[in-house]
Amino acid sequence: MSISRRKFLGWMSAAGTGALLPKHLGAATTVDFSGYPDSMGVLHDIVRCIGCRRCEAACNAVNELPAPAEPFDDLKVLERKRRSSAGVYTVVNRYGAPPTADSAPLSGASPAYVKKQCNHCLEPACASACFVKAFTKTPEGAVIYDAKVCVGCRYCMIACPFEIPAYEYDNPLTPEVTKCTMCHPRIVEGLLPGCVEACPTEALIYGKREDLLAMARRRIGKHPDQYVEHIYGEREMGGTNWLYLAGEPFENLGLRTDLGTTSAPKLTSGALGAVPIVVGLWPVLLTGVYAMNKRKEKLAAEAQAAAVAAAESAAAQTLTEAKEKAAADQKAALEKLKGEHEKAVAEAVEKAVSDALAEAAAKADSPADAADGDGDATPDGETGAAPDVKPTSDEEDA
Amino acid sequence: MSEMVHPEDNKRFSRFNIVAGAIVVMGLILTVLRFTKGLGPVSNLSDYNPWGIWIGFDLLVGVALAAGGYVTSAAVYLFGMKRYHAAVRPAILTGFLGYALVVLALHYDVGRPWRLPYPFIVQPGTTSLLFEVGACVALYLTVLFIEFSPAPMEWLGLKKARAIVVKLTILLTIFGVVLSTLHQSSLGALFLIAPSKLHPLWYSSYLPVYFFITSVIAGLSMVIFESTLSHQYFAHKMDAEHLAEKDTLPLGFGKAAAFVLAGYFMIKVVGIAADNNWHYLATGYGAWFLVELLGFVALPAFLYAVGVREKNVRLIRWTAGLTVLGVVVNRFNVSMVAFNYHLPAADRYFPSWMEIGISVFIVTIGIIAYRFIVTRMPILYAHPDYDAH
Repeated sequence: MSISRRKFLGWMSAAGTGALLPKHLGAATTVDFSGYPDSMGVLHDIVRCIGCRRCEAACNAVNELPAPAEPFDDLKVLERKRRSSAGVYTVVNRYGAPPTADSAPLSGASPAYVKKQCNHCLEPACASACFVKAFTKTPEGAVIYDAKVCVGCRYCMIACPFEIPAYEYDNPLTPEVTKCTMCHPRIVEGLLPGCVEACPTEALIYGKREDLLAMARRRIGKHPDQYVEHIYGEREMGGTNWLYLAGEPFENLGLRTDLGTTSAPKLTSGALGAVPIVVGLWPVLLTGVYAMNKRKEKLAAEAQAAAVAAAESAAAQTLTEAKEKAAADQKAALEKLKGEHEKAVAEAVEKAVSDALAEAAAKADSPADAADGDGDATPDGETGAAPDVKPTSDEEDA
Repeated sequence: MSEMVHPEDNKRFSRFNIVAGAIVVMGLILTVLRFTKGLGPVSNLSDYNPWGIWIGFDLLVGVALAAGGYVTSAAVYLFGMKRYHAAVRPAILTGFLGYALVVLALHYDVGRPWRLPYPFIVQPGTTSLLFEVGACVALYLTVLFIEFSPAPMEWLGLKKARAIVVKLTILLTIFGVVLSTLHQSSLGALFLIAPSKLHPLWYSSYLPVYFFITSVIAGLSMVIFESTLSHQYFAHKMDAEHLAEKDTLPLGFGKAAAFVLAGYFMIKVVGIAADNNWHYLATGYGAWFLVELLGFVALPAFLYAVGVREKNVRLIRWTAGLTVLGVVVNRFNVSMVAFNYHLPAADRYFPSWMEIGISVFIVTIGIIAYRFIVTRMPILYAHPDYDAH
């Protein structure tokens, strides 16, 4: 392997940075995206909806979806709250008590019917969240889904604030996310979305989003008694191509009014923008920490080496001094011993001479005792000599 | 040494073998069910609850608890805490196994697992936080594999290859910390896109920071927790350096964890203040939030500090367990308990036994793999033929 560490580092950081950097950080800027110009949408006038479910039937037919468990003319399903699900792109829910025989339409006592489907956000959360770009916001306004690349992570379903995308959980091999397409294939052919075409009361109106907003404002202005002053979808989550008008507050109709006006991409742009910063700064910081510790260790090692050297030289000096002192002491001791030795020898000689003289004198007096006296004198001489020998052996040891 | 079978091994693990074997058989049956019948029949996932415990536990908790690898290698190789050198290999091994199992678990969760490389080879969705998570996890799994590779190389006697990898240690450690910073925080950032679904006490623009800091806490605590278990079950595999670490490691890592937990407590309070969420504390969710904040953050910070001050290693070990549990609670809260808080009870999620079964199966595979490796490769001891690096 002839790859230098520097080269490898270059490759790795290039691979990391290249993969992690978004192509552009437009979402992190202050530029607002207000939707494709002339994009189309649908205005759902909840006040006009009679809950006939014909839109649901048309949706099922034009999209060739599986037949429902209950037929579309069965209005009993309105008893419970429904949501979009696998193969069901749209549902109509009823809010309020069911109508009785004598309650007149539009009397205020009648319930409200709300059609639920994908709102086709101007900046869709699902498209922002998808890690294979399976969702596309078309210039015509629809948000469409490409099952050919979908991995099935279902992050789009987590991200969608309107709880629209559904999943084919019972399909083991080719499960797909399903959701309303605003009948995009029909729109590009010049046809109306299936639900709009089927609506008998014009509770669904298809048109340019700008025109629909103007129409909605006119209706609110003309009939302030019938409408609340709020076009749902004008600003929610950055705005949607599907718009709603209602006769009562939207939070009573299953449309959340606490979503805010920030588009989904803006919610994550800060976190995404931090990625290149971390990739750029962390290696510098960590290499610095490493280098500092390495240097600290080096300095510590040097200081240790210096300390050891100093201690060694000090020890060597002490040793030399000790040796010299020992030698001097030894010499002194030897000299001292030598003196003592000589003294002792002299004394012993003196004593021996005097003893010999005394013996000779005694011998002269009684020759018979001479042998005994000689025997006593020899051990005396030996005891006196013994300590004189010892220092000699000590000297050898030293 | 690696070939030696401890006499107690057979007796001690015969029960382990039976239980693990039963779990593996169950897991294999559930696997067949999952891939023949689909997600619906085996899980309680729904259109309202697209993510269950396979994301909440296997991905979020799995990645957080596998943070010991980058935390330990950074401490030892970059921050100069060489005295914990013996802790690096076990931590890298658990990190590698943890990430490998996360990726395995994702194969159960996503609808078409064979398309998992699509974001990298077909069409990258770079505006997605999940893309960042996927890219970093894939790269980091590779880094962990290379970091771990000297152990099997020593086992197999591949001296040349090992020498090359050992030279890359510092580079790999830095790369690992960068990738871990990115994806640990991005797992929290995944939820930034859904402010209307996550309870305000848990939703915060600081979520990425919270997830990153808790990964450090989880990493430190998991190293203590795992060393406790290793000293109990694999002490006969350890050399003198590992045995000597039995008490010094908990004291050192416990001290670090006490500080990081204290800092995390502070930024959690800052988060409540920044969004002015005080009034939620008086609600039911607020009570549960306080259980998490006081019982699983403040309490372990205090207990770690006491344990370090009094050199009470036993207390530190128990605190590590409590802290790990706290990280699990936090990830469950963000991904499941406080997620979809606005929905009626009937539309909320609770895992099916089969989902739990798959998760238990995957954890069991991890334990079996860990045991297989530490009884064969030089993880808990230094190989006599090689210098420690």
